[in-house]
Amino acid sequence: MPRPPRRLVFVWLILLLLLGGNIALAFVGLSVLAPVAHIAVAATMAVTVLVIFMELDRGVSLFWVFAGAGFFWLALLFVLTAADYLTRYSFTPS
Amino acid sequence: MSEHVLEKQFVDLAHQSETAELGIWGFIATEVLFLGGLFAAYGFFRYLHPVGVAAAASHTDLAIGTVNTIVLLTSSFFMSWSSLAARDGESRPAGVLMLITAALGIVFLGLKAIEYAEDIHEHLWPGPGFSLSTPDPKSGEVFYFLYWLLTGIHALHLLVGIGAILVIANRARRGVFTRAYHSPVRVVSLYWHFVDVVWIFLFVLIYLPGRAP
Repeated sequence: MPRPPRRLVFVWLILLLLLGGNIALAFVGLSVLAPVAHIAVAATMAVTVLVIFMELDRGVSLFWVFAGAGFFWLALLFVLTAADYLTRYSFTPS
Repeated sequence: MSEHVLEKQFVDLAHQSETAELGIWGFIATEVLFLGGLFAAYGFFRYLHPVGVAAAASHTDLAIGTVNTIVLLTSSFFMSWSSLAARDGESRPAGVLMLITAALGIVFLGLKAIEYAEDIHEHLWPGPGFSLSTPDPKSGEVFYFLYWLLTGIHALHLLVGIGAILVIANRARRGVFTRAYHSPVRVVSLYWHFVDVVWIFLFVLIYLPGRAP
């Protein structure tokens, strides 16, 4: 059995640390900032998986285009939906 | 190596591998579109009912959710290791590492099944029998509708991933993969990591709200 590359072990430990940090944040009481903080940490973990485990850093440029296209569409979905929900007078948080 | 590996429409194995990888990235992009709508539904519902969602989410089992996240991140580590081993032409070790990955996937599903049984026992299945002791149980019911839908779709993806890994692990066991030909390991690896990425966000959205004292 080949030895695990140090890079992978390091990234795995970082991911576990980020997970622990995110759970700790949940008990701090950040109020309205909590969802933003949680998503920011989760996004950091996701990018780490995408770049290191999924090896986007070693792939051809076209992989970036395909991966980016999905997330670009996702951004459009959220921004345009937010443009509606966040500006309608009748939709206020309860 | 006795298996036929180069399909006739490709110039060489490098061309075939690049096309296969591009194909799975295209598939992942469509999955982002599919799941994006559900995440948006959750996001804007939570924006409109932050108190009700937080109260409902605090009833989820954080311990199982945390252990499952660790299990899935660890499975991704083994899948990456397997992918690198296959690239180095270590076909059989790559197969063993894929079996460990699949086993961790089964552990995840087992824990999820225990959690689902707890949820059903606590009447957290949306519908006439739904019961939740929070100030806003109607929002809680919608939260649990999204919980079952999102985690159910995720579990289905994981099940497909386990099946695909076992098929490719069996080929690895026969010594099929070489330095020149290992794209099936790479493709199944990308799919598995994507399912992991989806869970990273699901964990944050489902298990963490409403925990602060």
